[in-house]
Amino acid sequence: MPHTTSSFVALFSAPADLSTADTAWILVSAALVLLMTPALAFFYGGMVRSKNALNTMMMSFCSLGVVGCVWAFAGYSLAFSEGSAWIGGLDHLFLKGVGFEPRDGQTIPHLLFCIFQGTFAIITAAIISGALVERMRFSAYLFFIALWTLFVYAPVCHWVWGPGGWLEAMGALDYAGGTVVHVNAGAAAVVGALLIGSRKDYGRQALLPHNVPYILLGTGLLWFGWFGFNAGSALAADESASLAFANTFLAPCAAMVTWLLLDHIRISKMTAVGAATGTVVGLVAITPAAAFVGPMDAIAIGMIATFPSYLAIQYRSRSRLDDSLDVAAAHGVGGLTGAMLVGVFAREAWGGTAGLFEGNAAQVAIQGTAVLAALAFSALASFALFKLVSLVIPLRVELEEEGRGLDVPLHGEQAISSGEGAVLLTRTKRPPKESATTQAGDPAGTSA
Amino acid sequence: MKLITAIVRPEKVNDVLAALFEADVRGLTVSPARGHGGETEEVETYRGTKVMMGLVEKVRIEIGVSDHFESRAVEAIVESARTGEVGDGKIFITDVSQVVRIRSGERDTDAVTPVNPEAHMLSY
Repeated sequence: MPHTTSSFVALFSAPADLSTADTAWILVSAALVLLMTPALAFFYGGMVRSKNALNTMMMSFCSLGVVGCVWAFAGYSLAFSEGSAWIGGLDHLFLKGVGFEPRDGQTIPHLLFCIFQGTFAIITAAIISGALVERMRFSAYLFFIALWTLFVYAPVCHWVWGPGGWLEAMGALDYAGGTVVHVNAGAAAVVGALLIGSRKDYGRQALLPHNVPYILLGTGLLWFGWFGFNAGSALAADESASLAFANTFLAPCAAMVTWLLLDHIRISKMTAVGAATGTVVGLVAITPAAAFVGPMDAIAIGMIATFPSYLAIQYRSRSRLDDSLDVAAAHGVGGLTGAMLVGVFAREAWGGTAGLFEGNAAQVAIQGTAVLAALAFSALASFALFKLVSLVIPLRVELEEEGRGLDVPLHGEQAISSGEGAVLLTRTKRPPKESATTQAGDPAGTSA
Repeated sequence: MKLITAIVRPEKVNDVLAALFEADVRGLTVSPARGHGGETEEVETYRGTKVMMGLVEKVRIEIGVSDHFESRAVEAIVESARTGEVGDGKIFITDVSQVVRIRSGERDTDAVTPVNPEAHMLSY
């Protein structure tokens, strides 16, 4: 043993209540949820014009780095350490005291739980970007999601999942984040789209997706990762995890089929973008209900949730609100519908609380309170944070940069470059020393 | 008849099409192009390799018009495509000896006169 200090031994002594099976599943789940963020980058990246493809993908992708660090420094502590009913404390600042000893009632290392939850914080912040694409300044966006993770995500997370959170105490059901992740991000997205304003071409010309296969690729990877998101939220490799897994399979199936039928009825064609959107709406809607309802309930939830989101997209596309990639319709409305439907479909027989169908109408009111609280807080706090960031960095890019597309002006790269006309710039105009001696016969020294 | 060949910025194409429609100019061909007109080169970086993009994305718009439509078409393009920065593009106007409409075999001015002036691609 290289280390023999007493604290180190205490840290490494295997806790009695640790389960290696549970730990193995959450290790895998955390990696699955992490993959959802690059998946979202493809889902969003395919939907924008090619001149903004890199910037849009970077908005999702760079949430991995920024929010990951912020989560370790302070986000985890504000969400999951002992504090008030409203926000956690500072006990776990910089991961202090986050070791192998499982948290109360858990069977996985505390550190693993912290990282698993960190992957949730990352994708929640990235979801907001869908309403801000093709016009937001990248530095302002990164600044915003760092602050948003600390002052909006962490508190709402604490309300619902943290020790002593007021919504948890009230009995609100949110298995894997319908309220915490999707309603929360959806509200912030609408506020952001309103404050930043619509794209200069919005409503003037059709803003088409540049790569629909990317959207399908992203959707597939999101679904794959979502098994970790929902079934991992059991925090164990048990019956609850397998129920969440089954429901995460079934609800999107039902939602996709329903969306395709709605497409077919409305425009007599079944669209690829529609299939992808329906799948995501099904995934969002089943998230809060994942292991609280039975498998056939999951199918019902997937089907029902399609309608409000479909209508919301129809409404948005005629409105002046440039929620560019329909974050409000897919995540906000989808999360809201799912969170309300848990109150209806929750079954004691499947391990949940009784819902409306089992005679507990009060659960619907509790769900409504949770959703409204998250909506109101997220909207107000996001408004304040956008305003705060705008004092330091302008939220929008210049009009000229928006016209050219954000990839080259902001990132100095193109998503797809033909390479034609690209001239290599050498580091120095002076010839290297060896060549000066080998080319001594060249008196003019024109080899530069 | 004249052939108007305009090279414009891609982000200005929709404005140009709208302006041409306003000016009652119908029938045109649009193609992507890459070129260089003296604008400052954009420098891009890929893993430490600095690259100067010598060729810039442009769009070429070609319009065959009868003589009395020339000036209004050119004016519409100039007004709608201008940003004031280097790189706004050029318009080349050339004389055309003959024009044939393939469907009917009509020649010259008849061939560049729209069949149905009410039909238009931009329906807003």
